[in-house]
Amino acid sequence: MHPAPSIIVFTTLSGLGYGLAAVLGLGLLDPAALAAKAAYILALVLISGGLLASTLHLGNPQRAWRALSQWRSSWLSREGVMAIVTFVPLVWSAWASVIESRYLALPGLAGSLLSLGTVFCTAMIYTSLKSVQAWHTPLTPASYLLFSAAGGLVVASAFGFAGAGNTSLLAWLAIAALAAAWAVKAAWRRNMQALVPISTPETATGLGAIGKVRLFERPHMTENYLTREMGFKIARKHAGKLWTIAVVLGGVVPALTLLVLSVAGQASGFLAAGLAIAAMLSHVVGVLAERWLFFAEARHAVMNYYGE
Amino acid sequence: MTSLPSVSPPKKLGLVIDLDVCVGCHACVVNCKEWNTGGYGSALSDQAPYGADVSGAWLNRVHTFEVVPEGGEVVGEAGDARIVHFPKSCLHCDDAPCVTVCPTGASYKRAEDGIVLVDENMCIGCGLCAWACPYGAREMDLAAGVMKKCTLCVDRIYNETLEEVDRQPACVRTCPVNARHFGDFSDPHSAVSIMVAERGGIDLMPEQGTRPVNKYLPPRPRTALSATPPLPREDTTGATGFFAWLDDMLDRI
Amino acid sequence: MKPRERVALSRPVADEVRKTTCYMCACRCGINVHIKDGKIRYIEGNRDHPVNKGVLCAKGSAGIMQHYAPARLRAPLKRVGPRGSGEFQEISWEEALSIATGWLGEVRNTDPKKLAFFTGRDQSQSLTGYWAQQYGTPNYAAHGGFCSVNMAAAGIMTIGGAFWEFGAPDWDRTKLFVMFGVAEDHDSNPIKMGIAKLKQRGARFVSVNPVRTGYSAVADNWIGIRPGTDGLMILSVVHELLKARKIDVDYLVRYSNATWLVIDAPGTADHGLFARDGEGKTLIHETVTEQVVPFGTRGARAALSGRVRLEDGRFAVPSFQLLAEKYLDERYAPENVAAETGISAETIRGLASEIARVAFDEAISIDQPWTDTNGERHQAYIGRPVSFHAMRGLSAHSNGFQTTRALHILQVLIGAVDCPGGFRFEPPYPKPVGAHPTPHGRAEHFGSNKPMSGPHLGFPRGPEDMLIDADGQPTRIDKAFSWDAPFAVHGAMHMVIANAHAGDPYPVDVLFLYMANMAWNSSMNTAGVIKMLEDKDEKTGEYRIPKIIYSDAYASEMVAYADLVLPDTTYLERYDCISLLDRPISEPDAVQDAIRWPVLQPDRDVRAFQSVLIDLGARLRLPGFADNHGKPLYKDYADYIVRHERRPGIGPLAGFRGSNGDRAGRGAANRDQLKRYIDNGSFFSTHIPMEAQFFKHANQAYQDFAVRMGFFDTPQPVIFQLYQESLQKFRLSAQGLREPHAPQTHRQRILEAFDPLPDWYRPLGEALIDRTEYPYHAITQRPAAMYHSWGSMNAWLRQIHTKNPLYVPGPLCDELSLDDGDWVWVISHHGRIKVEVARMEAVNSSTLWTWNAIGKRKGAWGLDKGAPEAKKGFLLNHLIHELLPPREDGMRWSNSDPITGQAAWYDLRVRIEKADPASNSEPQFPAVARPGPEPHPDELRYGQEWTS
Ligand SMILES: Nc1nc2c(c(=O)[nH]1)N[C@H]1C(S)=C(S)[C@@H](COP(=O)(O)OP(=O)(O)OC[C@H]3O[C@@H](n4cnc5c(=O)[nH]c(N)nc54)[C@H](O)[C@@H]3O)O[C@H]1N2
Ligand SMILES: Nc1nc2c(c(=O)[nH]1)N[C@H]1C(S)=C(S)[C@@H](COP(=O)(O)OP(=O)(O)OC[C@H]3O[C@@H](n4cnc5c(=O)[nH]c(N)nc54)[C@H](O)[C@@H]3O)O[C@H]1N2
Ligand code: SF4
Ligand code: SF4
Ligand code: SF4
Ligand code: SF4
Ligand code: SF4
Ligand SMILES: [Mo]
Repeated sequence: MHPAPSIIVFTTLSGLGYGLAAVLGLGLLDPAALAAKAAYILALVLISGGLLASTLHLGNPQRAWRALSQWRSSWLSREGVMAIVTFVPLVWSAWASVIESRYLALPGLAGSLLSLGTVFCTAMIYTSLKSVQAWHTPLTPASYLLFSAAGGLVVASAFGFAGAGNTSLLAWLAIAALAAAWAVKAAWRRNMQALVPISTPETATGLGAIGKVRLFERPHMTENYLTREMGFKIARKHAGKLWTIAVVLGGVVPALTLLVLSVAGQASGFLAAGLAIAAMLSHVVGVLAERWLFFAEARHAVMNYYGE
Repeated sequence: MTSLPSVSPPKKLGLVIDLDVCVGCHACVVNCKEWNTGGYGSALSDQAPYGADVSGAWLNRVHTFEVVPEGGEVVGEAGDARIVHFPKSCLHCDDAPCVTVCPTGASYKRAEDGIVLVDENMCIGCGLCAWACPYGAREMDLAAGVMKKCTLCVDRIYNETLEEVDRQPACVRTCPVNARHFGDFSDPHSAVSIMVAERGGIDLMPEQGTRPVNKYLPPRPRTALSATPPLPREDTTGATGFFAWLDDMLDRI
Repeated sequence: MKPRERVALSRPVADEVRKTTCYMCACRCGINVHIKDGKIRYIEGNRDHPVNKGVLCAKGSAGIMQHYAPARLRAPLKRVGPRGSGEFQEISWEEALSIATGWLGEVRNTDPKKLAFFTGRDQSQSLTGYWAQQYGTPNYAAHGGFCSVNMAAAGIMTIGGAFWEFGAPDWDRTKLFVMFGVAEDHDSNPIKMGIAKLKQRGARFVSVNPVRTGYSAVADNWIGIRPGTDGLMILSVVHELLKARKIDVDYLVRYSNATWLVIDAPGTADHGLFARDGEGKTLIHETVTEQVVPFGTRGARAALSGRVRLEDGRFAVPSFQLLAEKYLDERYAPENVAAETGISAETIRGLASEIARVAFDEAISIDQPWTDTNGERHQAYIGRPVSFHAMRGLSAHSNGFQTTRALHILQVLIGAVDCPGGFRFEPPYPKPVGAHPTPHGRAEHFGSNKPMSGPHLGFPRGPEDMLIDADGQPTRIDKAFSWDAPFAVHGAMHMVIANAHAGDPYPVDVLFLYMANMAWNSSMNTAGVIKMLEDKDEKTGEYRIPKIIYSDAYASEMVAYADLVLPDTTYLERYDCISLLDRPISEPDAVQDAIRWPVLQPDRDVRAFQSVLIDLGARLRLPGFADNHGKPLYKDYADYIVRHERRPGIGPLAGFRGSNGDRAGRGAANRDQLKRYIDNGSFFSTHIPMEAQFFKHANQAYQDFAVRMGFFDTPQPVIFQLYQESLQKFRLSAQGLREPHAPQTHRQRILEAFDPLPDWYRPLGEALIDRTEYPYHAITQRPAAMYHSWGSMNAWLRQIHTKNPLYVPGPLCDELSLDDGDWVWVISHHGRIKVEVARMEAVNSSTLWTWNAIGKRKGAWGLDKGAPEAKKGFLLNHLIHELLPPREDGMRWSNSDPITGQAAWYDLRVRIEKADPASNSEPQFPAVARPGPEPHPDELRYGQEWTS
């Protein structure tokens, strides 16, 4: 699949934002701390930025509101609805913290739940596509949720180190979530690599009864919407390298940093905050790479018609 | 409505494509384009039409495959590989995933005849339906930013301004080898249903669970020439026997 | 919202439908052009049209983009830059026509042969030929010489009609259809419709073709023959049929020259010629009376074998005996041809027995009494439902004439010509050679300021009809009808530029071309031809070919080489006439012709070429175009179509003649004729009576019908010429036994190739080349969705074929470790090209191939310079030379069939070598400039204004 920057940015940023919102909703940070207030704002910015990015790939963004109508069947629609619904408790909680320096459990917990629900909907958009076999597994929502949680915890830890408190718990939770996310993701990837394609050129053409089927000539010589959209191909060796980068930046670096920080003491100085923010950025870059691979490595059934 | 019709449509309109006769001429491809580019919905645009990276939106494309038997049927006289031309447009699936994923309701399956359409005024161009379709039957029009797909020529088949005989899809009407047939699959006595029954019509990618309406007729099995009983080997040594026979024949005329 | 309401189901398609004839290729289907707001909304096939019955191919459906292509020329052009630069100045028609008149008038006055007028995809050859004849140059022909003259000549000389456009299988009745070397053909849609009918009826379809795409892909049996060896396989089938005695003796005796006596007098001038009586009638041996009597003697029972003594004491044998003895020889046994053809003996045997089985065990009969031209009444038409069709796979080889003759002989042997279920003639064919003119072009046929004394093209009866001077030198610029190619009945257009450049046999002053992309895909040795067009005379500094006038409708490669460009209309903007005098659209059971008419008005300063030619004719005061006072006889082409008469009552169109428009074939001119055509869907069709529909060559009712229609003035039955006497005359000339004696240089060639009974010889290009050094064949095929070079300016069609790979057999890919997208050098004796490859299994293992004419020159056709057509597309033509490699004696023959001069495109032998990865095919040429740039959109949304 074509790794469209807008979608990668969207899933990464909104995943991170919702993860952060979910953590904030648990009330683990000091609502009065400047860092916590900043975290609330950042969560909203990440979410809104992600959603805005997602409209960039629409052919007719001015009609985006229509996407809210089909929640009964469409995960994309559900995601849209959820995103909007989620804004209510999130804005409420943010208001409480930023303006009133308070934590409110009701909107907080509701926000946490809805945030994860929204991420789940996002994941289900991909998971529900049988045409992309690699995505069509419960491991997809599991990894999306875990990445969102891990990302939220990493960011929250950073804000903790930056003065909002509760650093050690957050850091340990973040490390655990990172481990879980990458473990599930590794399983996801193993699953993808081991897939026996359910659809093949033989089933796609129905000619399997005669023999082995191979594309001889494309319908049109140059690239078209389908080949550009679904026909993206990445060389195995690049994918391997990128995967390593993703794991290191997205998992190992932030986990180790947080480990060092929490072992080194409860310090919440500039240095600790700086390191934690670096860990957070590293994580974001790692997840961007992971998302890029999520799309780039997935093969769409239609490519059975295009010999790829 | 994005949800599929709750009851099975009374009519199931679709195409039968005969892979035994399709010569891969692309007539259906281009005729579909010209019919649809000034008709239903926005024009089918072409990008860089005279440039290096020319491409465009098409609702029907013909692929060509090479099939090499693996110890199976040997077909050629000078080899066993064969070429199969393979036209592909929307299959108007009964369980159309492209419809259910659509967030706006722009994609829908008509309750009365099962035709899957896009209401372009509602389409936001998110592309999800194209991702959901395993067949590559949906293409975004890059100029209009809306999703295009085969309409089964809904603006021909019911068009009262056309003569009765012409109320069939453009691709069917134009196909020079009659490799495309249009009809109602819910009627077991329709020509298409009979054809499918007799020729063992197949679904593409049944494992995707889309239950396509369009059916493909596989290439017919072939008999090698060498299977014909040999000619009687008469003795014509030195041609004399031959000429004696000739004289005999002439007497009979 | 109820779904039903979401779409407008009954929108009217357009404001108006105009019915005309497609010209996206030469098939000439009927089209309905739907016009909305003065623009084309939709083009569909005309259901009532006899050619396509409503269907339309990809090209026809892309007519919109052809018509609105930005590559269209806009106004007459005068060259201002050097040739090939593409730099022009737009001029007025008045200026263009006065330049042309000046050039042409001067030549006509001084030495008319210094005009070479050659036309390419011309569908108005009866006009262009007539014009050239009135002008008085011997140098005229259309493109048949590089196209398929082998088909035409072999067909007409053997059975009086050819596969090529003038015949068709009986699609409704045939039970076995064998097709040789056809990818697309001119009968594009009818062949597809025919194949559909066969499939529907379960008839067997066998395709003989090295490549298994298109029609071959759907054939029941594919015979992947090695190129150039079909003749051998066909004669092997003949061998098998003779051996098994599966021949239609009755048919042979009645309709062929099998019984004609051939003089057996070695070493004399008559050896191998037919024995004739005092009146010139051929003789047979009557077996009851043991007398030698003229063929056609009532009640005579003719012998097919046995040596007889003629009155003058010489001996003679029926030609059939020669035939049978020849082909019964074991060298034609399937085992003995398998290695050369690459086809197993079992397959050849299987084909032969299937042919015999269907022809004789599944014979059909139509209960329709008819009378033959001998006056004998038959109760039914007996049909041998085996039909054949062949095109350039046979034709484009230097043994193509004899191969095609072999195929016709096979048809006659099983009695399958113009019978139910067999191959059927389309009127005005069949026509015996005797009803065709002989060629004109010798010095006595033309002269300053006067018309030629007869038509340029025709059929020589023997060496005496050749167009050579007293020294045996060719009198035509293309050397047609000379010792080089005595039966070049369509001329040899592919030799014109090379000969004119070399001044051999003489230089020309004006080269006048129409609708032929000679600086690109219709030339062999394209790079060489480009050089010849650019080459200047060292002494005078003038171009070797001093003046080039060209008519095209688009900015093709050739436009850049013209000095004066006469921009044509598109096919939707002009009148055209698809005439029985030329290449009509008849079907086996109907006489048909058609027109095109301006369904749209040009928005540019362009004029229909035919009208321009008529205008030039009048300005030059050519007889037939201007009266004695120099007044033009015709206003334009439309006027000419209606009023011109070739013979009294016979004009370009056969339909709606006579003052009331109720006469067909013969009749006075009808002022409303064009309107009548337009009202009728732009065609005319009249059915042949059932009693006249089959065995036309010998059917009295058909012969009478043909005379009524004006095809000829007296009945012209055809006797199939199994044994070809005119070829034997050339052999006698080559043996020095008959006047004129062939020059020494040509003798061996004639003796080898001009066998009166076809023999197979290895194609000349292959025979002269080291077969181990060049182990593979390289051929092209026509893609169904593209017409030669003229589809690349079409925004829709070019997406289907934007570039062309070289298809390489799988085993060879493995040997050279080639993957799709790798690059190779393809090397012939003449040059090398660098191209991208793709793998293929369903192909003869010694054959490489590519789609024809997809490669384009940078800058041409209104495409961007980076267009894949120019960057990666390629022409095989660079590897093909118009001359063969030198022989031991240093002589270089033309790369053509030695009998007809047919260009031997498919004799090419090559080797390939893996090359470094690249982004460009080679060779590449400097870009040509765009004449008169049209706005060139980055995005097309055709029809957007009509969307709902
Ligand atoms: N390698 C290889 N070469 C081949 C062949 C092959 O099989 N292989 N085939 C050969 C054969 S059989 C043929 S017939 C030739 C064909 O080759 P050409 O005779 O060159 O034919 P085209 O390329 O179709 O077009 C000739 C020109 O007609 C122009 N044209 C199009 N429409 C119009 C119009 O309405 N009016 C005017 N005035 N001009 C118009 C086009 O712009 C183009 O420049 O190629 C030959 N060359
Ligand atoms: N769509 C389309 N239609 C066209 C044209 C076009 O450009 N495009 N061009 C028109 C013109 S000008 C012409 S002349 C006709 C030509 O019509 P075709 O004769 O169909 O032309 P080719 O494509 O040259 O096809 C020749 C076939 O012969 C095969 N072949 C080559 N060598 C041999 C051999 O030795 N033996 C056998 N048995 N087969 C062989 C090739 O693989 C190819 O399939 O088509 C006309 N129709
Ligand atoms: S073929 Fe694709 S677009 Fe058409 S109904 Fe089925 S899933 Fe939808
Ligand atoms: S592209 Fe249009 S039709 Fe497709 S899912 Fe999105 S909104 Fe629906
Ligand atoms: S039914 Fe109509 S829209 Fe669909 S492929 Fe055929 S021509 Fe195109
Ligand atoms: S028009 Fe008919 S034969 Fe041609 S590609 Fe389409 S389905 Fe096949
Ligand atoms: S075969 Fe196609 S291009 Fe040729 S005349 Fe017919 S419709 Fe036109
Ligand atoms: Mo041709």
